Amino acid sequence: MSWRSKQGTDLLKSHDWLVQRSQTVLLHGARLIDPSTGLDKTADVLIDRGKITKIGKINRDELKGYVELDLRDKILTPGFQDMHAHFGQPGHEDRETLTTGICAAAAGGYTGVSITPDTDPYIDNAGIVKWIQDQTSGSPVNVVPVASVARDDEGRRLTEVDDIFHMGVRVFSDTGRPAATPEIMRRALEYMKLHNLTISSRAQETSLAAGGVVREGPVSTRLGQKPWPSIAESMAVAKSLLLALHTGSKLHLEAVSSVESLDLIRWARERGVKVTCDTTPHHIALTDEATETFDGNFKTSPPLGSKRDKDALIAAIMDGTIDAVAADHVPLTDEECLVEYSLVPDGVVGLETAVGVLAKVLGKGKPDWNKLITLLAIRPREILELPPATIATGSTADLTIIDPEAVWTVDPARFFTKGHNTAFGGWQLPVKSLGIINRGWTLIAPDARMLVK
Amino acid sequence: MALKSTHLLGLRDVPAEDITAILDSAVAFKEILSRPVPKVPTLRHVTVVNAFFENSTRTRISFELAEKRLSADVVNFSASASSVNKGETLIDTIRNLEAMKIDLVVMRHPLPGAPNLLAKYCDSKVINAGDGSHEHPTQALLDMMTLREVYGDFNKLRVTLVGDISHSRVALSNIFGLTTMGAQVAVCGPPTLIPRDIEHLGVKVYHDLDEAIAKSDVLNVLRIQLERQDSGLFPSKREYHQTFGVTSERLAASNKPLTILHPGPINRGLELDGDVADGPHSVILQQVTNGVAVRMAILYLIAGGEK
Amino acid sequence: MPEKEVRLMDEMDIQRSIARLAHEIIERNRGVDHLGIVGIRSRGVHVAERIAKQMSEIVGRELTTGVLDVTMYRDDFRTRKVGPGMQVTEIPFDIDGCTVLLVDDVLYTGRTSRAALDALMAYGRPSRVQLAVLVDRGHRELPIKADFVGKNIPTSSSENVQVHMKEMDGSDEVVLMRGGRAND
Repeated sequence: MSWRSKQGTDLLKSHDWLVQRSQTVLLHGARLIDPSTGLDKTADVLIDRGKITKIGKINRDELKGYVELDLRDKILTPGFQDMHAHFGQPGHEDRETLTTGICAAAAGGYTGVSITPDTDPYIDNAGIVKWIQDQTSGSPVNVVPVASVARDDEGRRLTEVDDIFHMGVRVFSDTGRPAATPEIMRRALEYMKLHNLTISSRAQETSLAAGGVVREGPVSTRLGQKPWPSIAESMAVAKSLLLALHTGSKLHLEAVSSVESLDLIRWARERGVKVTCDTTPHHIALTDEATETFDGNFKTSPPLGSKRDKDALIAAIMDGTIDAVAADHVPLTDEECLVEYSLVPDGVVGLETAVGVLAKVLGKGKPDWNKLITLLAIRPREILELPPATIATGSTADLTIIDPEAVWTVDPARFFTKGHNTAFGGWQLPVKSLGIINRGWTLIAPDARMLVK
Repeated sequence: MALKSTHLLGLRDVPAEDITAILDSAVAFKEILSRPVPKVPTLRHVTVVNAFFENSTRTRISFELAEKRLSADVVNFSASASSVNKGETLIDTIRNLEAMKIDLVVMRHPLPGAPNLLAKYCDSKVINAGDGSHEHPTQALLDMMTLREVYGDFNKLRVTLVGDISHSRVALSNIFGLTTMGAQVAVCGPPTLIPRDIEHLGVKVYHDLDEAIAKSDVLNVLRIQLERQDSGLFPSKREYHQTFGVTSERLAASNKPLTILHPGPINRGLELDGDVADGPHSVILQQVTNGVAVRMAILYLIAGGEK
Repeated sequence: MPEKEVRLMDEMDIQRSIARLAHEIIERNRGVDHLGIVGIRSRGVHVAERIAKQMSEIVGRELTTGVLDVTMYRDDFRTRKVGPGMQVTEIPFDIDGCTVLLVDDVLYTGRTSRAALDALMAYGRPSRVQLAVLVDRGHRELPIKADFVGKNIPTSSSENVQVHMKEMDGSDEVVLMRGGRAND
């Protein structure tokens, strides 16, 4: 079952990926961009036993038994890190397994993925954290379990935070198990101060969401769909922010989607609240109008917002209000999607399309690379309290290769993820990840195999 | 004059010429209903399934009569939630029926967009007989047929929908259809029962029934579901009747000719007083008769259209 | 193939045919008592009206006509899909026990007449039904024969006979078309 059992490498190879474990790798001619150090130059990089040993002119004669990649016109960045992907395993292996999830992440350029606790059983004890760590050890993608804040579905009892902390977990999420009352959320935030941990909240006031399926507005009215008002989010965001202000604890808000939420986050930051937030590619690329055809591939949580929301999210990314972009990867089976719109579970897959969608939305294919890499690689690691992935001599080689000139069409049939529920099927995207280098693995996409000398 | 539409999923995108074609044909079908033998052999070769995923006795009977008067073979299928409980999906259910050689599905479903799903993934032609609070195009067309009989055309006709707009399956179809045909549509009800941003559909909003009456030629009074008072959408039946009940006193005070429609079934004494429902302003029974004629016209035109 | 038109009857020819048909109908029925005239949509209606007008002049009292739409009874619904729009049938008299004279413009395969017979029966039980047509062009596919024929015109099945009526087409004439739309 584990990565070491070859299941993952076999899956990648069956898609014509090049999978290597090489001692010495020479990356030739790439543009190196690392916003954390301000690095932006074209140079060769030498990797030996998983570490970057040299950046600059490299004398090939001194090397023996090395693999060389010709990365001229390509960009090398710190490896991408996702914030909250649903990998299904354990319990929902028909949607995704750790193996297919890891391959999907690698294909999207991610070297690390935080996975949500809403598995079956929940990630709410040290044992299950250990199981996931064992299953994914040695994989080319770091799989980082996020634990559940609550240990019961009603959101009343706290998980054993200290026990789980000692397994290396730094972030606790309320996904699927929102705190039953503001009092319980308050105590949870306070308890996290035991180790200065972060609560990652998917803030939605369920009583206001009231079973809604389309963002309340002209579109939900026109379609007769049960409305999900934006205040369901902003009310919950306000509550969480006030509790974070009161407790002084660290709060991360997932998949923020409305103008009002952004205003509240700015208000809270001015008052010193330790709050970070992310949004998703689909919320900055699409609006509620996408749901007009009753296509379940546009059913998300929170629902797609208005054009005003979308524009505000993009502005908030540019001005730094939004720290990171999370793919918010939720694979579903085809059967789950071929039902009435209201019955389709919320969520879309996203790991394999995130960088392309971001590049398209944020720069019409010519994005500000520093910004894009900050959103996908730098800030996520900071928020998740993971070691940074830095392009510097002596650092761990944790890298993503991207082709800034690529033009490609999204075809769900070619995904690694088991979920075909993409909101971007048929889209033509700029910028593509060509592979990752991490933990001694070199993974190269089929369309980039000719880069290997 | 085949329709531009293959299915009848809703009136939102149905062009004026299609609506006119349906209403014109319906006039001819209404005459058939008055014959000593009110039946024609036209759809002898057509098998229609009435797939009702929620109860609606009136709509089902109206469709069934229309189908039988066109000599179609009719199969009734009521699933409620039972097949969903068994894990069978809507698409599986209909594909199963299709394997038994059917041509047309008339579907009633509690969830918006269910007929659109069917039209996309199944081979049959689909007629929407009401999908949640989305559309109920045949009801709107029979309302329109009735209004055309009274007024001749829809130009500048002022029609106000009164009551629970949010949860109505009739409201949107009426708004789309009447607006397409040049009528001026308004809605009237408590703010809790009117969906946000409905002005974007080109309708006026009234919260005062007397004002609405003063500015309308037609009131289409919608049914109030009693469970709405339990979800806090209005305080009591008594207060609803006082503020939005259509009574003969209100109509007398307005002192103008007015036509009253109601899609049924009526809560007498709540949204509509009995003496108004049975009174000279009411065309409610005419709506019921027209329902069969309109549905015959739709079945005829959809069954005969290109796939 | 370009359409070619040959005029077979002009306004005067049609007028003469109608006059003769009116006389024959009255003679064969020994008057107009218990006789109901029904035109088949669409041009049969105008032929019926003209015959009725002529007969009214002969017998000295106003004869009314009915209108029959046979769309719903056609046997080609499956193959030609929806054709002409459904229009209203109006028969302003009780057909039970009376002689109904069905009137059409052209008799060809006999299928329209068959549909008309079926349609008529939905209104009651006439004691007798007769058929009058302005033109009989042959090629019957069903055992149907007109009781009164204005003019027999032998044709080939690739040809097409069109009756034009002033009320609908602006002129009165009967033309033979080659390669045009087939007669119904």
